Amino acid sequence: MTKIIEPSKQSSIFRRPSSETGIWSWITTVDHKRIGIMYGYAAFFFLLIGGLEALILRIQLSQPDNNFLTAAEYNAMFTMHGTTMIFLAIMPISAAFFNYLLPLQIGARDVAFPRLNALSFWIFIFGGAFLYSTFIFGTAGAPEGGYLAEEVGWLGSAPNGGWFGYQPNAGMKYSPGTAMDYWAIGLQILGIASLISAFNFITTIINMRTEGMRFMRMPVFTWMTFAVSFLLAFSLPIIAIALFYVTFDRKFGTTFFLTEGGGDPILWQHLFWLFGHPEVYILILPAFGIVSEVLPTFSRKPLFGYAAIVFAGFGIAFIGFGVWAHHMFASAISPVAQAGFGLSTMVIAVPTGVKIFNWLGTIWGGKLKLNTPMLFSLGFIGMFVIGGLSGVTHSIVPADTQQTDTYYVVAHFHYVLFGGALFGIFSGLYYWFPKVWGKMYNESLGKIHFWLMMIGFNLTFGPMHWLGLQGQVRRTWVYAEETNLQFWNIVVTVGAFIIALSIIVFMINWIFSKRNGEIAPFDPWDARTLEWTIPSPTPVWNFSTAPIVKSLDDFWHTKYSEDEDGRAVKRKEADQILLELEEDGLNPSEHIALPNPSYFPIVLASGLPFLGYAVIYKSIPLALIGTVLLLIGAFGWGTEPLEEEIHLDSDE
Amino acid sequence: MITLYIVSTLFLIIVDNINMLVKNIFKLKNLKFSSLILLSACIENAPLDSLSPEGPYARSIDELFWLTFWIAVVIFVIVQGALLLSVFVFKEKPDSPEPKQIHGNTKLEILWTVIPVIILAVIAVPTVKTIFELANEPEDALKVEVIGHQWWFEYKYPDYDITTANVLVIPADKPIRLEMWSNDVLHNYWVPKLNGKRYLVPGQTTYLNLHADSPDEFWAQCGEYCGLSHSKMRGRVLSLSESDFEAWVKNQQQNANKLEGNSLAAEGQQVYLNAGCTQCHVIDGVWDVQGDRIAPNLTHFANRNVFAGAALYNTEENLSKWLANPAEIKPGTFMPNLELTEAEINALIAYLGTLK
Repeated sequence: MTKIIEPSKQSSIFRRPSSETGIWSWITTVDHKRIGIMYGYAAFFFLLIGGLEALILRIQLSQPDNNFLTAAEYNAMFTMHGTTMIFLAIMPISAAFFNYLLPLQIGARDVAFPRLNALSFWIFIFGGAFLYSTFIFGTAGAPEGGYLAEEVGWLGSAPNGGWFGYQPNAGMKYSPGTAMDYWAIGLQILGIASLISAFNFITTIINMRTEGMRFMRMPVFTWMTFAVSFLLAFSLPIIAIALFYVTFDRKFGTTFFLTEGGGDPILWQHLFWLFGHPEVYILILPAFGIVSEVLPTFSRKPLFGYAAIVFAGFGIAFIGFGVWAHHMFASAISPVAQAGFGLSTMVIAVPTGVKIFNWLGTIWGGKLKLNTPMLFSLGFIGMFVIGGLSGVTHSIVPADTQQTDTYYVVAHFHYVLFGGALFGIFSGLYYWFPKVWGKMYNESLGKIHFWLMMIGFNLTFGPMHWLGLQGQVRRTWVYAEETNLQFWNIVVTVGAFIIALSIIVFMINWIFSKRNGEIAPFDPWDARTLEWTIPSPTPVWNFSTAPIVKSLDDFWHTKYSEDEDGRAVKRKEADQILLELEEDGLNPSEHIALPNPSYFPIVLASGLPFLGYAVIYKSIPLALIGTVLLLIGAFGWGTEPLEEEIHLDSDE
Repeated sequence: MITLYIVSTLFLIIVDNINMLVKNIFKLKNLKFSSLILLSACIENAPLDSLSPEGPYARSIDELFWLTFWIAVVIFVIVQGALLLSVFVFKEKPDSPEPKQIHGNTKLEILWTVIPVIILAVIAVPTVKTIFELANEPEDALKVEVIGHQWWFEYKYPDYDITTANVLVIPADKPIRLEMWSNDVLHNYWVPKLNGKRYLVPGQTTYLNLHADSPDEFWAQCGEYCGLSHSKMRGRVLSLSESDFEAWVKNQQQNANKLEGNSLAAEGQQVYLNAGCTQCHVIDGVWDVQGDRIAPNLTHFANRNVFAGAALYNTEENLSKWLANPAEIKPGTFMPNLELTEAEINALIAYLGTLK
């Protein structure tokens, strides 16, 4: 392959970067696949950090009245665990899947706005780094007038108001220092990243579908990406405004949430959960999408009730905006509001149930291959059902007033977000591993990972239901020995370390298989969607020729027809078609225009943390640096040559 | 209208029957659980147990929980059963044929949409009913004001002009109406054996009803994360028989006596008056000041079995630890380390012991 850059298009001030390998190629890349991979690694890095924080918490809680951590350290750890897992691990790892797969599933060469895609990634990286720089620069302490027996220390200098940042506790008076400012502004920066990618994906799905890829022929994963993007677009502005209020309260003396100035602390709860509940579906819907891809493939059956699953997904996304006050049943809301939100919360169980029954319908009567992705998807159903059922008990408002703020709730949402979202994500990581790396992962290690994680997960979060009902309150640094909660707390801590072990197995498998795994064919699972019609690893140009889609699961129907019983029968010409596809995929036959790399997304993104520090330290020089970087980024972005076509031709 | 009537009557009949059924099963289940508990040496006598109600409010919640729980168990068994069954039955075997390519079934879709709706409607009726029952102000209730502080609960009895802390004393078998607010951040008042939780909000009043069947001691705990020592914001509720409660009220209405002479306790009183304690703590009859103080009223300190937000039992050993450095025990506390000498601490402890 050679690259020919047309000289006539080089007339602008800046030249587009041209490295194809090495660090610069990654920094300047706008390739959705490379951005996806970077998202994945960054998110996994933060997943490990968040996991480490969880282990630290569990060591502290393994004994009653333990003093492994100080109160300040414990509060910082649980705040950062929640914030990290939600904003820096699960959300971006979903973004990794969206980035890598969305264009492939709809037969496109990239997303609609490749440079915005890079921008969104770099803002995420700078936002995460900014948030974590609190461990170096942040300060925290006792509330105004309070006393501490010992220094807070570096571990306690992180945000400590909880990932939910309830006011006025997270305000300046009760959480002095800069740590909570890092939290508020860090989330603000991360929100920008998610908003940009949401609009990018919405535009991509509406405009970039290949010929014949009608909406109702799109894979369910693409549908769920679509739903999540709308959720992000509508919910993030709410938290953005609320976080601005918090920052203004903390830094500039406003009183949006402070009673003494006529503000209302309950307003924060409404704004936060009006974002926070759709956020839950932002975290879980990608996993719904992944599972809806994996189950049909390994059952060798089409998805049962495709339309029902798609519409249920959108139903969940829509109703998800009308249930937020179920996070506040014990808070200052009236019985009428309690009844209303209790009922709407029950309603959301219906589309969720529809999905689960349709997944069961998919595997029923199939020919199940229990490879690792399938195991994780089946595990997902089992665990998610538990989380869903405990969720229904929360809609029983009076019962929820007993359960809220206890470990019962912790158990519930870990069954949803770990047993649900994370199991789905691991399913997807194994499923698409061959497509991304061109190698097969090790099946035995994959199964060991699954079973270890399944056991560890249930040991960790199963007993928490019981602990919560027995009165263990959340976010508590110590519990009294007389509460008799010790036994199950030890079990939980042991379970947490088994999860850690399973993650190590996963990492060994990943590193080993990526280097030494068997070469993957381009359709190792006999799958159904477009990404399996192209070589593994995916070539930089994705599709040599834009695919034409004639039906849902087009690729499957290319390979299989049905006999009179409705059973799948391999077409005679299938092997020939596969060979041709392979040949075709490796040799792009037409001139392909790919978006050019750019220096400016990272430059633009690098301005944001400076602006964040400027607000925290009220520093004009820092604000100027940030603004200049933003302006250079935007100016360069606008003036670099729009198209410097790279033509890929085969050498032969 | 008639259809609506029939449907709602049917619901109520179903709900009633399920409730009865659940109660019966529950008794059986209780037995099983307790033997299981003995076997695994797990939780016995958990003082914050939300599943052992000791009053009508907690009991109505408990019934609702078990109703939902058993419905959930049935669904759990069906769904997980179907999942496991399909894995074992349809697992790929060497002779498995290619599966039939079934794309869906509209009748099934309608069925598994409608059935959950009906089940949820069954749960919804008693839920809504209970929500409003719990919110109603009971007649002839004793009114108590609960004020949240970082990190302790203050109680005021407007009818009796009593101010106390950490231990809420109530008459048994009588409804109590709590009027609650917070002095600083959000708190969440929870006595699991008597009722669910309710937030304490600065600038707003919230309400919660309590009702204890019989004289007993219950644990309370702040539910909402409220800063550094949230975990140590605990409490006790003491329900007394009517005569005991009346005696308690009488005693609480007495001022403390000003001690004279040379006893150790009298020395302690001097420490209280001179070391700085009076900045925040009131002892009626000894150091009276108008208006609220940010720390617990100590007039009847020795009458309470716990102190420091019920984080510590009221023993000499604990008191000397606490007075030596409060922040050591409750990080972030507003009580400073007054650098008291051992002699001063011992005198103070002796004095506090006299405040019955």
